[in-house]
Amino acid sequence: MKKVYSRPKSLKKRAFHYCPGCGHSVIHRLICEVIDELNIQDRVIGIPPPGCSVFAYHYFDVDMAESAHGRGAAVATGLKRACPEAIVFTYQGDGDLAAIGTTETIHAANRGEKITAIFINNAVYGMTGGQMAPTTLNNMTTTTTPFGRDAQLDGYPIKMSEMLALIKGAVYIERTAVNSPAHIQRTKKAILKAFQTQIDGIGYSLVEILSPCPTNWKMTPVESWQWIDNEMAKEFPLGVIKDITGAKNAD
Amino acid sequence: MSRVLMTGNAAIGEAAIRAGCACYFGYPITPQNELTEYMAKNLSRRQGCTFIQAESEIAAINMVYGASVAGVRTMTSSSSPGISLKQEGISYLAACELPAVIVNMSRGGPGLGSIAAAQSDYFQSTRGGGHGDYRTIVLGPSSVQELADYTHLAFELSDKYLIPTIILGDGMLGQMMEPVEFKHEAPKVLPVRSRSLRGAKDRPSKIIKTFTSNPTELEEINWSLFRRYQLIKKEETAYETLLVDDAKLIVVAFGIAARIAKGAIKNARAAGMKVGMMRPITLWPFPSEKLQELAKQTRNFLVFEMNMGQMLEDVQLALGDKAKIDFYGRPGGVISTPSEILRVISRLYYQNGLDNQ
Repeated sequence: MKKVYSRPKSLKKRAFHYCPGCGHSVIHRLICEVIDELNIQDRVIGIPPPGCSVFAYHYFDVDMAESAHGRGAAVATGLKRACPEAIVFTYQGDGDLAAIGTTETIHAANRGEKITAIFINNAVYGMTGGQMAPTTLNNMTTTTTPFGRDAQLDGYPIKMSEMLALIKGAVYIERTAVNSPAHIQRTKKAILKAFQTQIDGIGYSLVEILSPCPTNWKMTPVESWQWIDNEMAKEFPLGVIKDITGAKNAD
Repeated sequence: MSRVLMTGNAAIGEAAIRAGCACYFGYPITPQNELTEYMAKNLSRRQGCTFIQAESEIAAINMVYGASVAGVRTMTSSSSPGISLKQEGISYLAACELPAVIVNMSRGGPGLGSIAAAQSDYFQSTRGGGHGDYRTIVLGPSSVQELADYTHLAFELSDKYLIPTIILGDGMLGQMMEPVEFKHEAPKVLPVRSRSLRGAKDRPSKIIKTFTSNPTELEEINWSLFRRYQLIKKEETAYETLLVDDAKLIVVAFGIAARIAKGAIKNARAAGMKVGMMRPITLWPFPSEKLQELAKQTRNFLVFEMNMGQMLEDVQLALGDKAKIDFYGRPGGVISTPSEILRVISRLYYQNGLDNQ
């Protein structure tokens, strides 16, 4: 009998602590599959954030250095510049990357840092208990938008990927989701491409992943998969947002 | 090497390069811009080195964190308001036991304050500065030569004890030009610490982290930090004394204030007053024991600072009621003159009847 599916080498043998239906464990696995396929386990350094995935280092069998909230892009910059042969990726949530770390993210992209951001968009602050994130949808109820997000008071869901696409140093940006086998496969391809972009030394790459948070969305895992398709992907359309990896320069 | 004439800020830059600093991250703020500019000119194109003008002081200190994770010697510099922004990163560096050198060419505060030299960041520097129970080594130079020497020392201590180290200068030291001799040559191969993350090649993967969901684990981490702090106190406390042997009054001052006080003490001696000086070189650890030793023969101390009395508290903690402690300070970036300090010394000297003892 032929073995066609097994645990990635760079994924530790340890049960995930994430809630049932959470997207983190799927995404962790995808990243590890990519690390194995590119054969870079001994070169990768991951930068996990505060939040649910603060314990990412329990699962990734690669070097990892925890970052302060939102500072992943700056930490990755310093690390990559000090050790250019390393493959450096940040793992950041929507609060981390699109609220407190917006500045660091935009400027790392603008410098064309050869780093990769894995941007988990689940429209809420997960670990702190489901507060409004910058990516929370309008009218969506969270613990800090108990009457629904009101654009007049709370602003609009922010589209970081589209903003970053305007930046010349960002060369590959794609938005995917992990709410179906097809989307999960697509997400893996995007992660692979993002890491390859870094290996080739072309510039900044980012994969935004719409990821379910059934606990804070107060849905079943199945409902949350459906909600990504029916609601979230309408505000945050899936697809390649920017790819100039084949171009000679940003202009 | 012969002596060269340089600004204090540039001297730090040159000394850092010669200490093997591979990565510098900065953000413009007066009065330390010459240092950032020196690194842009002299570090950015060196083999294996990096200079980034960061988007903020917060980004700069986190880039330092990243470079320190990778095991290279790394530095950032700023001035008071910018140093406030860096405190988050310094706390993380301290927690993760990551070496780094942080230069504060401090200016008048609070708020945006003024760009003139001040010493009002003493508390912030010597009490950790950011959140959590931690300390940083703090060096207080008082000349351009010392800025150069202590920059080298800061990298050495930082690597030795795995602790962020702060050079607490001020706008005057940074801007003034003096002859300086660099005692070290830049290393041919840049140093890389063994305890660093550069990919799990031929070894198990490693993590650098601060968060734990287990309070007892965190307590043990804090205990281990404090055991190291005790060792630093024992091994690295440094100070300078001047004319203390027969002194009836000892001026305690650090940094540029000590420089000003020296001039005043010289003139006081010429006028027959037996005045000496004690200058802490390490502001943390503070040389409390030396002060206690001095207090056995001298009862009168005058603390002089360019703030409203911050190091004063360390002197009071060290001496308690074992001595009479007076204070003279000016805040906000106003710089006292030696003749002003001489007047303060004379008044105290005669008011306390030291001329009759």
